[in-house]
Order: sequence, then C-alpha cells, then structure tokens
Amino acid sequence: MQQKTTNHKAWFLVLPVLVLVAFSAVIPLMTVVNYSVQDTFGNNQFFWAGLEWFQEMLSDERMWNALQRQLMFSGIILAIEIPLGIFVALNMPKSGFWSSFCLVVMSLPLLIPWNVVGTIWQIFGRVDIGLLGYTLDALGIDYNYTQDTISAWITIIVMDVWHWTSLVALLAFAGLKSIPDAYYQAARIDQANRWKVFRFIELPKMMGVLMIAILLRFMDSFMIYTEPFVVTGGGPGNATTLLSIDLVKMALGQFDLGPAAAFSLMYFLVILLISWVFYTVMVNLDKKGM
Amino acid sequence: MTDATALTPATRARSLPKVKGRAVVMTLYLLFLMLPIYWLLNMSLKTNAEILGSFSLWPQNLTFENYVTILTDEAWYMGYVNSMIYVVMNTVISLAVALPAAYAFSRYNFLGDKHLFFWLLTNRMAPPAVFALPFFQLYSSIGLFDTHIAVALAHCLFNVPLAVWILEGFMRGVPKEIDETAYIDGYGFGRFFVKIFMPLIASGIGVAAFFCFMFSWVELLLSRTLTSVDAKPIAATMTRTVGAAGVDWGVLAAAGVLTIVPGALVIYFVRNYIAKGFALGRV
Repeated sequence: MQQKTTNHKAWFLVLPVLVLVAFSAVIPLMTVVNYSVQDTFGNNQFFWAGLEWFQEMLSDERMWNALQRQLMFSGIILAIEIPLGIFVALNMPKSGFWSSFCLVVMSLPLLIPWNVVGTIWQIFGRVDIGLLGYTLDALGIDYNYTQDTISAWITIIVMDVWHWTSLVALLAFAGLKSIPDAYYQAARIDQANRWKVFRFIELPKMMGVLMIAILLRFMDSFMIYTEPFVVTGGGPGNATTLLSIDLVKMALGQFDLGPAAAFSLMYFLVILLISWVFYTVMVNLDKKGM
Repeated sequence: MTDATALTPATRARSLPKVKGRAVVMTLYLLFLMLPIYWLLNMSLKTNAEILGSFSLWPQNLTFENYVTILTDEAWYMGYVNSMIYVVMNTVISLAVALPAAYAFSRYNFLGDKHLFFWLLTNRMAPPAVFALPFFQLYSSIGLFDTHIAVALAHCLFNVPLAVWILEGFMRGVPKEIDETAYIDGYGFGRFFVKIFMPLIASGIGVAAFFCFMFSWVELLLSRTLTSVDAKPIAATMTRTVGAAGVDWGVLAAAGVLTIVPGALVIYFVRNYIAKGFALGRV
C-alpha cells in the first residue's frame, strides 16, 4: 500500500461531502432522536418522555417478533446467496463473448426498480396468471403466497435470491479473475485436486471481495422494504412483516411518532453494530494486502 | 483439446470440471434469471381479457395497446421523465462532492479521517424507512416537498458514501508519483485534478456514476414519500393500475418492462467494468 502524507488541509476537500451528508443525515437523525424522547397529544405540543418509548418498545413483543423474522430472513438469504454466488462464479466463462453475455444478463435483475421486482414476483407467483404459481398448482402442490405462511416465505426468499445472487457472483468472479495463472500452474505441479485448488487458492484470494459481498447483502437484506411489501404486504397476518415494513406501518401508517422513533434508533444501532464488525474484518484484510 | 492444453496449461487446470458441466450450470442460472422477466414481457403484450381468460406461454393475439396507453398518457410518461430528472441530478451532485473527498481519503492522513470514512459508510447502512418521516418533514418545512431536487438530495444519503467508497478504491491504484510530478511541473491542484487525474480514473468515475444511477433509479420508499404530483416517480405511478375494476395487469406489466429498459442500456455501456465496479474498485 502507498504511503500517505499527513495533511490536515485535506479537510477542505472533504467539506462538501460533510455538509451535504450532514444536511441529509444528521438533521433527520436528530429529528428522530427528538421524537424518541418526547410525547405528543397533537397540535405540535410535545412533552418530555425520557426513555419511556425505549422501555415500551423493548418490552413490546411486536418488535421482537419483527426482529426475529428479520434475522431469519437475512440468515436464510445469506446462507443461500453466498454459496450459490460462489458456485455460479466458478462456472462462469472466464473471457470472450459468453463472459460479457453472462455479466450483462446477470446484472439485469440488479437494475430493476425494487417495486417492479416485487411486481414481477407477485405476478409470477399468482396461481391464476403466473407461470410459477400456475405450474405448481398444475403439479398439485398447494401454493398460495397470499394465504399460506410457508408459501409467502418461500416466495420472498426465492425473489431475493433471484434479485441479488448475481451481485455475490459478480464480486466473486472479479476476485477469481484477479488470481494470477502462476498459482494454478503451481497447483498443477503439486497435483492438487479441484477441491484443494478451491480451498487453498481461490477461496483465500476471494476473501476480500466476499467480505464486501456479505457486508452489502447483510445491510441491504436487513433494511429490505419494497419488494416483500409489494408481494405480500407483510402478510398473511404478520408472517412476513420484516423490520422496515413494521416501522413504516408504525410511523407513516399509525403516526405513532415516539415509539416509531425509538424503534428506528434501535434498528439503526443493530445494523451499525453488525456492519462495524464486518467493516473491521474487511479493513484488516485490506491491510494484509488481499 | 491436446493442442490447447499444450499451449496453455493454466487454462486447462482452471477448467478441471468439464466444460459441459459449466455450460449447464450457467444456462440453468440464466434461465432462472430470465424466466420471471420473460413472463412480465409476455403479459405486457397481452390484453387483459387474454391474461385473465386463458393461460399461454406466449401472447396469442399480440398487442401493443398497453405500451400505447403509457406512452400517450401524460400522467404515465411523466413518471419516467420525473424519475430520470432526479436520477441524473443525484448522479451529478454525488460525483461532484465525492471526487475531491475520495481524493483526500486516498492521498492524505488527516485528523479523524478513519472515523469520518466509517461515519460516511454508516449512512449507506441507514435504513430508508428510518429516514422517511424526518425527510418528509425536513423538505416540507423548507418548501422543497414534491420537487426533483428533494429526491435527488435525499438519495445522496446513500449514494455519496457509495461514490466516495468506489472512487477511493480506484484512486488508490494511481501511483502517487503522478501527483508529485504534476506539482513539480507547475500544475495547480485544480488544473492537475481535472486535466490529469480525472482522465486517469475515468473508468472509476464511470462505475461510480453507474452505481449512483442504479441505486437512485431502483429506490422507491424515499422518492414516493417525498413527492405527490409534480415529481412523482414512475415507481409510484405504477400503483395507478389498481383501480375499482381490479388490477390492470397488462398496463402494469408494460410499465414494469419500460422501467427495465434504461438499466439494460446503461449496463451495456459499462459492461467491461461491471466486475471491477461491483468489487468497488478493490480488485
């Protein structure tokens, strides 16, 4: 890594970003903090409520249930997308027309607006007009994502796998491409088998990009809102009400500002905490020159 | 096959699993990706009567009526125009502020730089749902509600950190000697940055622009919350198809297909940098 010089005047270069992000992040965040410690009876009259909302939210089963569902969702999609993404990357053509072809087609789902992703799967899974729903129904499988919890979960998980596995695959592919041929030659001389090549050459070399992939996928799945909302609306019942869906319901639907704000802050903190762990690991990998 | 292996032993070592197996895996995966999109396209070319009346794998009576509806109705096509306006605004703003900042992070140590970098990243981690209500109040109070610039600024929340991150990764790869030589040759910072440095990281700028475009284009929660009529994005317009008579599936599908088009076009232009871009310049 290059040596950096110390120069505190560099602050001037960072200043525009600082001002802009302060405007679009700090001010709104302070509003949230404000609401979280106050109570209101309308008419813009606010009363100090201290940590009451936090206590209320912490003892509220509703939030814990949403958190549980959220952790389950993020866990499942990471467990599917990371291995599947690596597998796809290993099978991608390394160069030439087919390589670019795969890259372009695989990026396509990433560029579809999230509500359209929801719409696509909402249609695709419908028993009357969707290919998936119709086929499953014709095969005699009981599938109805609007009424059956299991079906709803399978639908949103398959949708997320469809939407984001390519991101993992593209990152892993980029990592694979950066491995010099000499490594493979050495492995051939040592007569390493396919598994050993993967375990001792490809996987360690991919570690850096895989950390980015896990970080991005964890963060984004943890704040997912639009796609499951369009498909299931959080239902049936509350079966697919993930954290963001619950929060928007509370803040914009019922206008419970205090509890919603307390909820927001705790939600943000959880993401921050876990992301910080990933980030630290990533920076350390960077330092080792991976 | 023997000739090829003699020439490039390394290539053979890489393709240890049979080439056929690879092709099958990729075909299955790409098929899995394309099927739902194909189904949307299929539906957009059918009339509602056909969609609901019969089940077929391709349109029996091909019709472009759904697309005509969208392209001739101002309420519809203005949705696309609005989305494009704020997406472009956001991309320009994000890049303009991120370029100097990324340069600072990649070249200098300064007071609190690491904390600042992580703090920027935390904004990329902030759930839009948390910010929806405060944004609504903030932009209403300064009279920017329902304007394109409000959405563009709101999207800076996650796009600026991302752009800084990507650009910093690319800039790190440019040797410092180039800066020093330019300063010795009498270039000022501004002239050096625009004339010499920016062309060197042109691909990085392209990739960062692509990502800003992408994340601003696909986001719905904030853009819907911050607009009502004048700056309404296409994603929000799509809820129009749910009427008293049920959902207008054909038009909904056609609108969906049209939102995929800009993305597909943009991918084509950055296709050679996609892999590097997705690694945020770190490969």
